[in-house]
Amino acid sequence: MSATHPPSPVSQRPSAVNLTPLDWAKKNLFSDWFNSLLTILVGFVLINTVIGFLRWAFSTAKWSVIPTNLPLFFVGRFPANQYWRMWLLLTLIALLAGLTWGVLAQMATRLFSRSVLIGVGLAALVIVLMPLPSVEGGAPLLVRLKLLGLVALVLAAAWVGRWLGQRKSGLGNWLSLAWGLSFFVGLWLMAGGLGLPVVSTTAWGGLLLTAFMSLVSIVLSFPFGVLLALGRQSSLPVIRWLSTIYIEVVRGVPLIAILFIGLIMIPLFLPQNIRLDLVLRATLGLTLFTAAYLAETVRGGLQAIPKGQYEAASSLGLNTPLSMVLIVLPQALKISIPAIVGLFISLLQDTTLVSIVGLFDLLGISRSILANPQFIGRYAEVYLFIGLLYWGLCYAMSQGSRRLEKQLKTSH
Amino acid sequence: MTSLRSSDEKVPIWRDDRFIRLAFQVVVLVVVLVTISILLGNMNRNLQQLGRQFNFGFLKNQAGFNIGESILPYQTNDTYGWALVVGFVNTLRLIVVGFLTATAVGVVAGIASFSDNWLVHKINLLYVEIVRNTPLLLQLFVWYFVILFGLSQGAEVTRLLGLAFVSKKGLMIPWPANTPGAWIATAALVLLAIAAYFIWRWRVRVMEEAGVSGRPQLLALLATGAIALLIFCFGLGWSFPKLANGNDVVGGLRISIEYAAMLGGLTFYTGAFIAEIVRAGIQSVSRGQWEAARSLGLKSGLAMRLVVFPQALRVMIPSLSSQYMNLAKNSSLALAIGYPDIFATGQTTQNQTGRAVEVVLLWTVTYLAVNLIISLVMNQFNRAVKIQER
Repeated sequence: MSATHPPSPVSQRPSAVNLTPLDWAKKNLFSDWFNSLLTILVGFVLINTVIGFLRWAFSTAKWSVIPTNLPLFFVGRFPANQYWRMWLLLTLIALLAGLTWGVLAQMATRLFSRSVLIGVGLAALVIVLMPLPSVEGGAPLLVRLKLLGLVALVLAAAWVGRWLGQRKSGLGNWLSLAWGLSFFVGLWLMAGGLGLPVVSTTAWGGLLLTAFMSLVSIVLSFPFGVLLALGRQSSLPVIRWLSTIYIEVVRGVPLIAILFIGLIMIPLFLPQNIRLDLVLRATLGLTLFTAAYLAETVRGGLQAIPKGQYEAASSLGLNTPLSMVLIVLPQALKISIPAIVGLFISLLQDTTLVSIVGLFDLLGISRSILANPQFIGRYAEVYLFIGLLYWGLCYAMSQGSRRLEKQLKTSH
Repeated sequence: MTSLRSSDEKVPIWRDDRFIRLAFQVVVLVVVLVTISILLGNMNRNLQQLGRQFNFGFLKNQAGFNIGESILPYQTNDTYGWALVVGFVNTLRLIVVGFLTATAVGVVAGIASFSDNWLVHKINLLYVEIVRNTPLLLQLFVWYFVILFGLSQGAEVTRLLGLAFVSKKGLMIPWPANTPGAWIATAALVLLAIAAYFIWRWRVRVMEEAGVSGRPQLLALLATGAIALLIFCFGLGWSFPKLANGNDVVGGLRISIEYAAMLGGLTFYTGAFIAEIVRAGIQSVSRGQWEAARSLGLKSGLAMRLVVFPQALRVMIPSLSSQYMNLAKNSSLALAIGYPDIFATGQTTQNQTGRAVEVVLLWTVTYLAVNLIISLVMNQFNRAVKIQER
């Protein structure tokens, strides 16, 4: 990429100014009286908060609630003798994630940059140092080894993916297919059947349920949302009106109302003999909700496509549906990928609302742990822990989408 | 259809674009209508089997449940309809105050992201990243269970900053007394504010047209401000909460813990999003505007207030209005905390009466109406700050 520019004196950077810490502080913290006052005030509050937090974390807080309930946080009430299925699912995801990373980063000069190495080192450190319960789910040492193995698997798969990606093109399509298949394999591992013991959805919980619900609803809402977006852009008045009414009504109502509709109204709408599972109903509610927001996201992408593309498509003799599917939608969806990732992040956060309708997602299971008399009043510890989990997931995804945005920027 | 066929004899009907468009719309409409009628038919049958007819008559029945706090008078033997109205007023009380506080937090945080001060800059970044990457419901629980219950541990009363108190009964803050004198003082403050606005306009006009310094007007403004400050401090008859015989707090305004938690959570959550909008809006103003303002001799604070911010406002308002709508919708999470808003009272109503369909309809209509009003008001505001082109 970096073509050989003749080194011109104009384009050279000014030499970096090395500030001594004192100069730096004077420039960034005490540049005038107002800044100095601000620094002192903010610094005072900050130091007090940090000291208060440390005092709490090391003396008052009873952290035992976290390691004791670790399996609950991650997989809910999934039967302990079936944990190997979750490990298998994790292995599959790690393998695919590593391969995808490698294929996506095939153009990068270095696969394992400094920030990646730091991240991996931190993850390994956490895995080695975190306290684990020694009662169920195998011995702590085994769990640690398994987790380290997963990290190693991701790295190895990334290296292999990059190696393969540089030699073979069209690997992306196979990976998409593999992800699609892995969804069904994951569903089979979670629900059982076909030779595995059945696990009822009431036993699903924790991060497993959160991830499941948000993934399923974004995938299911995709076709519906795209159709709605196209409908809203349509020149056919009936279609446009129906789509607009749906999108605006759903966007005008809080998600919790939609979940209650899913909970109470869907059984009323269905014939007497059909009863839907609670997880399914909540997922359906989330899907209907997400579809409206996805439609608006995709509409943004559609509006960014210049009119010339439509005209070029129709001058090639393509009719409206074909020109949409072959010419416009691929471009519009590509533009909206970062926004869709943003939508997924907010969906992941919104999944917490299912805890109000009685499901045990990550927040729901925390509430039920806190209702246990043994752990009563341990709000701060538990909420800090799951807050960190949510934060890590969402922050990683938003950083990833920012990277993706840069990579997808192919405009001239 | 026959007219179509007779006018276009050359093109077969299944290739006629006009016919296809019409037929497609008719088919979609029929499919949607049939689906809806099947669903509604099922619902009717199910409701009949449960012995409930769809009507709103239950709103006149006695509610029989208690509402923790309300401005309007409410007793347990009032009707369901009145209980819902009380809940709706509670919702309004939450979101209107929430708009003000969230905007204040958001604007301060958004401007702080441009601060030269390293510490302020980093803390602002931390705040935005933490709030935006964790679920709102979790934040509300933290406000309710960790912060406010943590402060009011047990039956103790905690003093905050020397002026306010927290206990199980709520948050006590200083508040103007409810006396005729205080009301007169409030009216005087409003009058002074109006007067100050006109003096300011007058000052700008004489400065622009006559080119004079505007010093007498400035002095008048300062005098108004001083009088207002005096009235504010002494005329309102501030009532401070005080500890009386042990653990009772008297005086001041009592805010329930549920309301305080909801308000805190919504304020800081929406504030982080508003901060990002403010930041993006200010960044969207081209650097040339900054430089032009600086070269006119305006200091950075003045350049921000007079030149950059008014231009940024135009970019910000559409996104701001969607954040206000989000705040209004998110206020329904009060159900999880136990603040009796329209959603929570509706939930109790439908639990007691089994009138799910009617209550869901009421919720939908209420939130749609609130959002419609917000969008209308913000559109008016948008029109007011739009560039007036000649």
